[in-house]
Amino acid sequence: MHIPDGLLEAKVWLAADVAAAVIVGICARKVRKDLAERQVPLLGVMGAFVFAAQMVNFPVLGGTSGHFAGGALVAIALGPAAGVVVMTCVLVLQCLVFQDGGLTALGANILNMAVVGCFLGYGAFNLIRRIWGGAGGLTGAGFAAGWISLVGAATVCGLELGLSHRFSILGAVGAMGGVHALIGIGEGVVTATALNVLARVRPELLQGSIVRGEAG
Amino acid sequence: MKWWLWGLLAALGVAVLLSPLASRWPDGLERVAERGGFLQEAIGKKVMRAPISDYAFPGLGEGNVARAVAGLVGTLLAFGLAFGTGKALARRKRKEIAGDGDSRT
Repeated sequence: MHIPDGLLEAKVWLAADVAAAVIVGICARKVRKDLAERQVPLLGVMGAFVFAAQMVNFPVLGGTSGHFAGGALVAIALGPAAGVVVMTCVLVLQCLVFQDGGLTALGANILNMAVVGCFLGYGAFNLIRRIWGGAGGLTGAGFAAGWISLVGAATVCGLELGLSHRFSILGAVGAMGGVHALIGIGEGVVTATALNVLARVRPELLQGSIVRGEAG
Repeated sequence: MKWWLWGLLAALGVAVLLSPLASRWPDGLERVAERGGFLQEAIGKKVMRAPISDYAFPGLGEGNVARAVAGLVGTLLAFGLAFGTGKALARRKRKEIAGDGDSRT
């Protein structure tokens, strides 16, 4: 759901640029305060995996494709602030080197896929994890967090299109949310699978006890 | 071998082996823009030309090889960028703790 140049009105992409710059700045400060040196390689691996996985579009109903976005996974593994930093790295790279997402829309794309994707995915995961422990909870909460994170990002993307008078706001939000409710199933599956792999291979790198799930 | 090298290798595997199999159908946003009749608004509006446009490495055509090589290069760049950013932020923290009251960073 990388927005290209030309779809958003100037007032919308300018406002999104400012909002994204402020929030990414706050997240970078937080990361500077909290990030442990041993977590740095996981940032690199997450960035690499998100970039690679975003290239693998899978077909959904009716001649439409979708791809994994990654906000929920990265935020659950690293915390939302580091998640936003990693997602921003990937989105900047995609925009500047691969023509994926317009330069004017970069702030909007960061707002949708990094900020909304990470914070919504992280919040949903921890909320569900609190009442659903164990390995089943890791999978269930991971799947739900992935789905919610992607549909949330798509909904905000729809809002930006609506504010740019591409659609009625409700129509844009509904259309984006509807398509991505299907794509979100893929997001949920990849998020839950990757979390299970990480929890098995490198549990000590995952921040917070909720991922490890003492509740189960 | 360091654990994170395995992680990077797995990501490279996805980029090189799976990305050529990716569906070329329009994605969710493109489909919505197409149905809404405003996808053409984006034509010719690019404000810059990126070196590896649309995940096809230049000089290799438009096929699977071009996509696999673009995936390889991009995944390495993404690793480096996220790793480097993390390293830079973690290093600044150490300096601030070590430095006596020098918080200009």
